[in-house]
Amino acid sequence: MPRNETITELGLDEYKYGFVTEDKPVFKAVPGLSSDIVRQISHHKEEPDWMLEFRLKALEVYYSKPMPKWGGDLSKLEDTLDEIYFYLKPQDQMERSWDDVPQEIKDTFEKLGIPEAERKALAGVGAQYESEMVYHSLKEQWEEQGVIFESIEDGLARHPDLFRQYFSTVVPTHDNKFAALNSAVWSGGSFVYIPKGVKVEIPLQAYFRVNAERMGQFERTLIICEEGAEAHYIEGCTAPVYSTDSFHSGVIEIVVKKGARFRYTTIQNWSNNMYNLVTQRALVHEEAKMEWLDGNLGSKLTMKYPSCYLVGERAHGEILSIAYAGDGQHQDTGGKVIHAAPNTTSQITSKSISKGLGRSSYRGLCKVYDGAEGAKSNVECDALLLDETSRTDTYPYIEIDENTASIGHEATVSKVGDEQLFYLMSRGLDEAEAMAMIVRGFIEPVAKELPLEYAIELNRLIELEMEGSVG
Amino acid sequence: MSEPLLSIRGLRAKVDGEDGEILRGVDLDVQRGEVHALMGPNGSGKSTLAKVIAGHPAYEVTAGEILFEGEDVLELEPDERSRAGIFLAFQYPAEIPGVSIANFLRTAVNSRLGEGEEMDVFGFQRTLTEKMEMLRMDPGFAARYVNDGFSGGEKKRNEILQMAVLRPALGVLDETDSGLDIDALKVVASGVNRLSEADEALGVLLITHYKRILNYIRPDRVHVMMAGRIAESGGASLADKLEAEGYDWLHRAVAAV
Repeated sequence: MPRNETITELGLDEYKYGFVTEDKPVFKAVPGLSSDIVRQISHHKEEPDWMLEFRLKALEVYYSKPMPKWGGDLSKLEDTLDEIYFYLKPQDQMERSWDDVPQEIKDTFEKLGIPEAERKALAGVGAQYESEMVYHSLKEQWEEQGVIFESIEDGLARHPDLFRQYFSTVVPTHDNKFAALNSAVWSGGSFVYIPKGVKVEIPLQAYFRVNAERMGQFERTLIICEEGAEAHYIEGCTAPVYSTDSFHSGVIEIVVKKGARFRYTTIQNWSNNMYNLVTQRALVHEEAKMEWLDGNLGSKLTMKYPSCYLVGERAHGEILSIAYAGDGQHQDTGGKVIHAAPNTTSQITSKSISKGLGRSSYRGLCKVYDGAEGAKSNVECDALLLDETSRTDTYPYIEIDENTASIGHEATVSKVGDEQLFYLMSRGLDEAEAMAMIVRGFIEPVAKELPLEYAIELNRLIELEMEGSVG
Repeated sequence: MSEPLLSIRGLRAKVDGEDGEILRGVDLDVQRGEVHALMGPNGSGKSTLAKVIAGHPAYEVTAGEILFEGEDVLELEPDERSRAGIFLAFQYPAEIPGVSIANFLRTAVNSRLGEGEEMDVFGFQRTLTEKMEMLRMDPGFAARYVNDGFSGGEKKRNEILQMAVLRPALGVLDETDSGLDIDALKVVASGVNRLSEADEALGVLLITHYKRILNYIRPDRVHVMMAGRIAESGGASLADKLEAEGYDWLHRAVAAV
């Protein structure tokens, strides 16, 4: 059996579901970025003056900051940025119809077993679908508890004081170049408020809400979880994202107050022309617990490091991530934990899979400030290489200014072994099935933390990407 | 006589990309329902033969043939051979972290069944529980990840469990007895015996370095492998002779040829 040949034919990485349709714009802003564009965005959204000023200031910060020299290769990004549209009016986004969606992606939805009604929303054709009704009934239930779960635009319009109190406090404009860009042109995203002591049993799922307003390229999400409250927010899904955009730069800000627990789950499967540069950060107060569960598939380059700033005593932060880098893809992902108070604890678990010319990098920061006595942090990153050509690197940054802190770091790199494949095949599994099983096993520690339907969808997606690819 | 279950003729094989044959003309027939013991000193090619029968990609067959139920299997992939009814119990089974035994075995069983005929979780669980009881395995075992952190004895038992669930026509047991204490050896041996009793047509090729396991599994035929060939074949008494006299007399006999 010629091993190498069949491995390369597995085509785990090939993004078979990306596609392009003709845009039929009613109105469109000119490509590229300018203060006019920023004014236009703010005007269309009928924003208060302070937000326009905020945006314009952010644009200045964006211009003043150089492109990052670390992480992935951003050298071609500037050209991309000249060409993209920084804002599309919602009606432009609605222009596509189901008939325009190519058969290929319809088949993919079919294979993934996504209900008819949801497919249209996932394909970005903006159809109304049943889950909107689900959303409405849930929304009533949530409203009774005082929970706010709306679009970020509605959040600003309807809860201006609350919004202004927290907006940009977790991720300041000057934090990094792309946070500044997002601050200038943000559009879309969620606004979530969980009042004190409220426990939200059913996960808040963004796709309930986003059916009509496709996820923007510059999404902005602001979440406030009050004292003792508990909730789980889920963003995205494993179905391929139908998008002709080539740049996605989101900012997610979360405040977890004393004794609260919050989990943010996101799984994204971008088409492989996409630069995906996201800033996700949570401020975790006393005895609060924050968990990031982050899955990154697809894209050309993803740079994403969910962070927990542990600012209150005994705060706990946890980051679980899975990255899959196929041919020509670079997943530069990981996590950051900042221990700024005594007896804070954190755990980072990162799993990456690379194939072909794919590259995955774990990049993590563990910082313990002086005075954060008894802080404990543990980092575990495991990389799986599916063949000889794929690549993985580990960049752990550890900065400890406190003697009593205890830090653990463990990194493993493994390759799918011929012996493992032979073992599974000797029991009747064909090569693609065997490979998929090894990969599923590898991500199991993270996948089991996902809500069941997401775990199943993720597994199905891996199977789907492998099936029919062996020559 | 009907065609043998397994018929190996003039089989020569080497490690792919290397010089030097490890198998240098193996001839061996196993009839349905027979238990054959294959003995021989370390490095004689026993384990290589087992892997070549199962289709291990690291080996290249340079001459000869392997007929299984009359069909040449050399062109078949390992999974095709498995589905045809060949089972290899590994000497060193691979670890597959994150994959439970139950999930793995159900996938393996379903790979043999046609589309739409797959076993559901509950039907499969019944079969699995039954086989595990037979092998005196703890029910919690099925939830563990395949061979991950298993003791030597657990790995070997897991191999026999898989054979019991997959019900092959031919079981090739590659040093399944090595590294087992006497209690574990008895459990494994009685498992194999029960499988033979349950399926009278089951053929077994039991590869072992020691005679010990043959006290519990009575072979119909015993073969001794030396330097890549079957040097001697006989009845069960051949094993006794090897136990008493070692392999030296055979070394001399082979050298004399």
